[in-house]
Amino acid sequence: MKPFDYQRIGAVEEIDADAGERSSFLAGGTNLVDLMKHEIETPERLLDISRLELAQIEDGDQGGLRVGTLVTNTGLASDARVRERWPLLSSALLAGATAQLRNRATTGGNLLQRTRCYYFYDTARPCNKREPGEGCGALAGHNRIHAILGASEQCIATHPSDMAVAMVALDARVRLRAADGSQRELPVEELHRLPGDHPERDTVLQPGELILGVDLPAPPPGRHIYRKVRDRSSYAFALVSVGAILHVADGKVGSVRIAFGGVAHKPWRARKAEQALQGQAATEENFLKAADVELADARGYGGNDFKIPLARRTLVAVLRDAARATEESTP
Amino acid sequence: MAELSVNGQQVTLSDDPRTTLLDTLRELPGFTGTKKGCDHGQCGACTVLLDGRRVNACLILAVQCEGCEVTTIEGLGEGDQLHPLQQAFVRHDGFQCGYCTPGQICSAYAMLEEIANGEPSDVTDEDGVRLSRDEIRERMSGNLCRCGAYANIVDAILEAGQREESPS
Repeated sequence: MKPFDYQRIGAVEEIDADAGERSSFLAGGTNLVDLMKHEIETPERLLDISRLELAQIEDGDQGGLRVGTLVTNTGLASDARVRERWPLLSSALLAGATAQLRNRATTGGNLLQRTRCYYFYDTARPCNKREPGEGCGALAGHNRIHAILGASEQCIATHPSDMAVAMVALDARVRLRAADGSQRELPVEELHRLPGDHPERDTVLQPGELILGVDLPAPPPGRHIYRKVRDRSSYAFALVSVGAILHVADGKVGSVRIAFGGVAHKPWRARKAEQALQGQAATEENFLKAADVELADARGYGGNDFKIPLARRTLVAVLRDAARATEESTP
Repeated sequence: MAELSVNGQQVTLSDDPRTTLLDTLRELPGFTGTKKGCDHGQCGACTVLLDGRRVNACLILAVQCEGCEVTTIEGLGEGDQLHPLQQAFVRHDGFQCGYCTPGQICSAYAMLEEIANGEPSDVTDEDGVRLSRDEIRERMSGNLCRCGAYANIVDAILEAGQREESPS
């Protein structure tokens, strides 16, 4: 690990305005410390934010919930309010990592974790995300776990979070604090970016900008289902995951939210599929049509071709299960 | 000097902030229990309790733990009296080479508390949190055993957990 200066932050005001490119915020460290061991991340200064007063979950406005950035993945998944009203989020969190990691990993850190692309982790291989301009080893290499939507010739990595997929489906928003102390808000959907020509940038955060927390609006009606397809039944990243909230009334889709994980450089909100389903009969045929609309631009790179039919089938299965469950609960 | 507590004993932290909690523990005389397996948070051999919750000691900078309480495998039993989980692992032959065992037992110890607290897992259904083989398998997925003693590990944890639920 490269040497660095360590500074424990007692209050956000202590973050100086020049906290920028060469500094990293440290919270749980479950991803950052690992990346520093590999010397993929080499910050000159670590600003330890883990003792800030940002570890609370509070009731928000209009039936929403305010989640501090330091709330652990375990704390968020176990919260009685989350389990009852946002079960999609609880399920997604529990589908990720292990208990040891969830006990330490934080809400903000989970959003900012980096891809698990093999070429990103292997410093002997080319990777545009790690070293811009080096080339992408995955494009013509081993790409079983890689993106089928929104990728570029520079990068076909995927975002690994399960939690973020649920948050995107739930229209969650991140609260941000810039290094100069100003604050702004963004939908989680707009936090992560597609790789384009700058795959080294995972998010739209500015240098020194800190995630203060995530706000969940009141959940939409309907059944919440998070389904994760992976190579092992536990402790593996998603090949494809689907988070959906479906409400069916009189056999028709009243409201629907869908997001995919494991298919793109960011959690993928399936707005085309949602639009195709709105007001339509909740039938298998329409679910298939919606999946096809969303996946029309999907592209495989050899090793991950299987993800296109897998994403289609997983989405249809989730919608079918959700429709059955909402019909049963509203006789 | 910055300190943390390991099984009730005050320990001075290294002044190199790169030192992980795992390396801090490994360098303490007499604390050979906690193991370095992968050193990347994938195998669970370094599992210890940090302020009562199980964590991977290899992924935590020790400097972050100033003032915290760490419990290692050496802190679970009392003297020569093994903890009931340790006894169950011996009884059920829940290991072969033993390298992953301290991590397995620290992890299982915390896992039984998490179940007692009603914390859900990925396999918890609407009936609520209950001790079962499926729950143990899911909740212990962060502890690998290269010898493949999993079947006996599950038996040992199940037995120890059931005793805790209904002490006779």
